Amino acid sequence: MFLELFFQYLVAGLTYGTIYAVVGIGFNIIYNTTGIINFAQGEFVMLGGMTAVSLHAFLPLPLAIAGAVLVTMAVGGLIEMLFIRWLVKPSVLRMIIITIGVSILIREGALHLWGEGIRSLPYFTGNEVSAIEIGGVRVSPQVLWALGVAAIVVLLLNVFFHYTMLGREMRACASNRDAAALCGIPTRNMVTLSFVVSAGIGALAGCVVSPITQTQYGIGAGLAIKGFTVAILGGLGNSMAAVGAGFILGILESFSIWVMPTAYKDAISITILLAMLFARPSGLFGNSEAARLKEF
Amino acid sequence: MKRFRILAAVLGIIAVLSLPAFAAETIKIGAVLAVTGPASFLGAPEAKTLEMLVDEVNAKGGINGKKVELIVKDTQASPEKAVSFAKQLIDEDKVFAIIGPSTSGETMAIKNIAEEGKTILLSCAAAEVIVNPVAKYVFKVAPSDRYAVEMIFSQMKKMGIAKIGVLSSNTGFGKAGKEQIEKLAPEHGIRILVNEVYDKSATDLTAEATKIKAANVQAVVNWSIEPAQSIVIKNIRQIGLTIPVFQSHGFANIQYAKAAGAAAEGVLFPASRLVVADSLPAKHPQKAAVASYKKAYETRFKEDVSTFGGHAYDSLMILAKAIEKAGTDKEKVREAVEATKGLAGTAGVFTFSATDHNGLDMNAFAMLTVRNGRFAPAEK
Amino acid sequence: MFQRFRHITALAAAIAAVQLLTAATGKEFFLTQLTMAGYYTLVIIGLCLLMGYAGQISLGHAGFFAIGGYTSAVLTTVDLSAWKAAPAISLLAKSGILTGRADLYGGQILTVHPWAAFLCALCITIVVAFLIGVPVLKLKGHYLAMATLGFGTIIYSVVLATSRFGAADGISSVPAFPLLPGLAVTGGSSQRVANYYFAWLLVTVGMLLLINLIHSRVGRALRSIHGAEDAAGAMGVDAARYKLNTFILSAVYAAVAGVFLTHYNGGIGPSEASIMKSVRYVAIVAVGGMGSLWGTLIMSAVLNFLSLRGYFGTFDDAVFGSILIAVMLFSPEGVLKLDIRSLVGRWIRTDRKAGA
Repeated sequence: MFLELFFQYLVAGLTYGTIYAVVGIGFNIIYNTTGIINFAQGEFVMLGGMTAVSLHAFLPLPLAIAGAVLVTMAVGGLIEMLFIRWLVKPSVLRMIIITIGVSILIREGALHLWGEGIRSLPYFTGNEVSAIEIGGVRVSPQVLWALGVAAIVVLLLNVFFHYTMLGREMRACASNRDAAALCGIPTRNMVTLSFVVSAGIGALAGCVVSPITQTQYGIGAGLAIKGFTVAILGGLGNSMAAVGAGFILGILESFSIWVMPTAYKDAISITILLAMLFARPSGLFGNSEAARLKEF
Repeated sequence: MKRFRILAAVLGIIAVLSLPAFAAETIKIGAVLAVTGPASFLGAPEAKTLEMLVDEVNAKGGINGKKVELIVKDTQASPEKAVSFAKQLIDEDKVFAIIGPSTSGETMAIKNIAEEGKTILLSCAAAEVIVNPVAKYVFKVAPSDRYAVEMIFSQMKKMGIAKIGVLSSNTGFGKAGKEQIEKLAPEHGIRILVNEVYDKSATDLTAEATKIKAANVQAVVNWSIEPAQSIVIKNIRQIGLTIPVFQSHGFANIQYAKAAGAAAEGVLFPASRLVVADSLPAKHPQKAAVASYKKAYETRFKEDVSTFGGHAYDSLMILAKAIEKAGTDKEKVREAVEATKGLAGTAGVFTFSATDHNGLDMNAFAMLTVRNGRFAPAEK
Repeated sequence: MFQRFRHITALAAAIAAVQLLTAATGKEFFLTQLTMAGYYTLVIIGLCLLMGYAGQISLGHAGFFAIGGYTSAVLTTVDLSAWKAAPAISLLAKSGILTGRADLYGGQILTVHPWAAFLCALCITIVVAFLIGVPVLKLKGHYLAMATLGFGTIIYSVVLATSRFGAADGISSVPAFPLLPGLAVTGGSSQRVANYYFAWLLVTVGMLLLINLIHSRVGRALRSIHGAEDAAGAMGVDAARYKLNTFILSAVYAAVAGVFLTHYNGGIGPSEASIMKSVRYVAIVAVGGMGSLWGTLIMSAVLNFLSLRGYFGTFDDAVFGSILIAVMLFSPEGVLKLDIRSLVGRWIRTDRKAGA
């Protein structure tokens, strides 16, 4: 019984972790080109889920998801072109505050467009009660879908940023935008592209977690706080690390529920994470040498 | 110099805002509701209901020939905003009465303000403390959680359940329900083996469900109003628990049953008759109120009615009846509200008195369940 | 030197002018929201010192506000009369730290005197700010933001999880805070004008203190840290200590505001501790101008006043978001640095370029 419970809590932790990780990954792309944390990332997740639900009313599921990803990518690109692209040498804090403003606007727009009701996509496999059982431990197939999507996205991103010209150019922008421009990299296009890609990844995340978490106009902020936490704790700019930190946070939360009152879940897990951060001030998996070179 | 120009501009704006408002012979009713923000599940249908009803009343020529003017203030569920708005409505708009707030915390924050301002407050929140101890001007139209809990416990007795697990969300609604469950369980010979509070914006509750599973209970009671109440039943079923699941009257909004899909089947919950209006027998005292409200709301807003919108309906109806009877003297209307007897609303049949400012009893609730994706009476 | 005092005098004059204007137009009730806005302004100018001058971001300042407010609310509402016989309690009661008062329903209760509660709140805030500040301020950039956000999350979830703090309902029936005979911090309409002046007096004194600070040795040290911490260290500036002291000072500002606003409102709820509230404080500092105490003060007063009046109804957040974006796009140095002529000039120039 003990072992069975242990694994059931572990599975619960993996479920939480997958949700946080899949949201957290999205933060890294914009960070990789601009060095900023995009506070509107949670809203991309929400927007993806909401659009997919609306499209699913008259499109089959895969097409609805593809449509939602495309729509959100367009929104991401539009936001960058309207609010960021034409700024002359914007400071990091200025861009961050702009993304806070954008996140509020998207949320309020969604409220007035979709109302306060909750929606969700159907489970990709099975339904609300189905689960895969291994030795008494049960897990919803949707969790495996989310895990799979997270794995594929991380893999593709790693290949993209390390082995393609475009990806390397995007990373160059983050390290030193002026130098990148001198090398003939169209830095502005790279930033726009990063918004488009991270909006797409956010929307995809929003679609795969929608059956688990359900989607409502205000869900973005809560998800973003968790995603932001794991992206930073993992060590910014590294998608693999965000996933790792996501699982650590999820498992901490789940096991804190096992031994302590649930109400203190956030307090306990964040305290432990902060203690880890104090011990390793440049992220759990981050490189302290690299972190020193980053400007705020 | 520029700073002084800005200062002058600010002063100018304040001066413009201070211009005397156009006054007319109307009955002003204020509403302090959480229309957006974390409690929008409560406030949004409440605000829509009031807007609809006031239009209806005014189209019929108002109350006693006087038009009703509605001022809705959106608190986003923050007590500090509720305080600011309540003062604004009482001191400055000199409203006749205030409907709301939507949550217990906000209501408690402005209870004293309404009392000192001698303004009738008809709260849409459920907590017992709102009307106990009784404050002269403060009423509430949402049925007390006590009756909902008692209904659940008597159902459990029928089913032979004695060991339960309790989950609730960290909102005023969840807290009030949890307190009543803890208080009443010993009286009904029920033992609570797990008692957990989860975050209102929880996105997955598998670990909480596991804790329930480990405790070997015979049933689960969940008390919340957020989407989490659909998530929790899905997780309970996913990890293979088949014990009966009870929900609060917060579940009485069909969107939660839809969101939980197959997992919602068989969930038991107490709710007002509003949500099963269609299957109510024609001679039921609430039939007329419930059916007309449901029809009007669903045609106008193209969404399902919820109990919470019903609370706004009840408060305005109680107030309108009292004004019809007593005229536009605040004191007399307060007495008339207190003297309300046998008024059928959506939440039940209201009978107020000097010591009972809630006016409902256990009859306000009926035990419902979900059958084939629809709400239905628990007993066939 | 002279200019500093001219600004403070202007602030005092503006405070009085607003009150007289509301009195003259019969709109005294505006003072209620202006008083509340005053207390939030106190939080925000404290945060402005930390962000604009010491260069340290804090996404957890609502946590300090809540520590102040909740400490005072708990101590002034907890009824100790059941333990009256205990020697420690009776000693405290005799020394005046505890005080008896009638509750709303006629019962007699024994609680901590608001002044004693205030001192407790200050001590707790200083201790917490110190304990948090030491490790947190070693972090930089996003990691600092993350750690302060974590601190805010912890305070919020503890407040929500603890029944002694009223969980989701918060604490109500907090008594008035006696200042002088006949003068108390309370929401009653008879004390409205006095309370307005008291709140803004706190802001004025707070401003005076901050302005003197930033024009002193400390201020120069802070700016050197903001500019280049390593260089400042090489010049013998003890960066860690200055940062920590600034952090504690700005936490104290937040806690003082928390205490008095709680007594003014007669209660406090968990929304005061939420992350969104902290983000809002940071955003207002940015809109006012990171290094501009005056800009921050004006923006805070205006934005909080408009929000507390509920002018924008359900669009309140949307308007706030739009203002944020607009200011950051067109006047990134803060709203006071908005230079319309150069802005228009730039548009014209771009047009010409596009035309040519």
